[in-house]
Amino acid sequence: MAFINLKDKLIQAKIVYYGPGKCGKTTNLEYVYNKCRTQINSKMVTIKTQGDRTLFFDFFPFDIGKIEGYDVKIQLYTVPGQVKYNSTRRLVLKGVDGIVFVADSAENRRNANVASINNLQENLTLYKKNIFEIPLVLQYNKRDLAKQGIPVLNISTLEKDLNKDLRVPSFEASAVEGDNVIMTLKKIISVTMASLEKELK
Amino acid sequence: MHLALDGEQLDKIYDTLKSTLIDIGVETAMLLDTAGNVITTVDDGVDRHDIYSLAALAAANFSAMRSMVKIAGEEEFSLLFHKGQKENIYLSSVSDDFLLFIIFNNDMTLGLLRLKVAKVIGDLIGILVVDSSQ
Repeated sequence: MAFINLKDKLIQAKIVYYGPGKCGKTTNLEYVYNKCRTQINSKMVTIKTQGDRTLFFDFFPFDIGKIEGYDVKIQLYTVPGQVKYNSTRRLVLKGVDGIVFVADSAENRRNANVASINNLQENLTLYKKNIFEIPLVLQYNKRDLAKQGIPVLNISTLEKDLNKDLRVPSFEASAVEGDNVIMTLKKIISVTMASLEKELK
Repeated sequence: MHLALDGEQLDKIYDTLKSTLIDIGVETAMLLDTAGNVITTVDDGVDRHDIYSLAALAAANFSAMRSMVKIAGEEEFSLLFHKGQKENIYLSSVSDDFLLFIIFNNDMTLGLLRLKVAKVIGDLIGILVVDSSQ
């Protein structure tokens, strides 16, 4: 649920990075945070376990400038990916306006990707949102694993598993190296803003 | 569904928070929604806090506690309170969609704050209900 402040002409919208455990959601946010410091006036908030895994969420607000005369502040969140943290994942999804689904390209994570996107669909229905309607972008992360000789899933397999029915924009990426991290973010922001604009008309 | 508030409503919210809370010694008062968006924030003139981080954490904390309370078998849950050495935090439900977040120091008593919060919540509901009926 985006908030529109008609007095100060400010829009706040919430974008959540979703995906299976260790797929690189936090790494995406860390890359954006370090790369775009001039547009971020807050410290990155992280609630993690002692083992450095996300326990609740990572968060920072991101100023993207003016759209149609409104200053737009995007609130970027991640969810915890581990299966056991579904209750906290649901809480973070509350009021979500756009989603980046981060898939793990490692061959042995194929089932985890599918389980996670099914879990996303299920959790969205709790908030009466439809995965086919909400602004959504897929990111096939960890493409760099191939360089280390680790078997990765073909893009056609990832598309078939995750995007056959959704048909949303998708990006090959490496969050560790920064490849397509900003492109993914730009895309979800533009899709989310277009959806918001459409709803407001 | 999105939430839009106009200048008149936001001015009323600001005035209510300022006159009832800030003018009696509260340091920071913020109305936020349960998704973690900042609706209005008022402080005592000293900008001490990162309000967007506070709003995200407050909304998450409140939702987590509400879930725990439900698991424990309770239906009603309306507030969280942290008593610190110098600063205290009071987080209260305003309605299903809104929360009131307050930081105050030890110069103020909790009893007085609770009385004032009850009044503010009533006023805020009045302002926000007018919006949803339009």
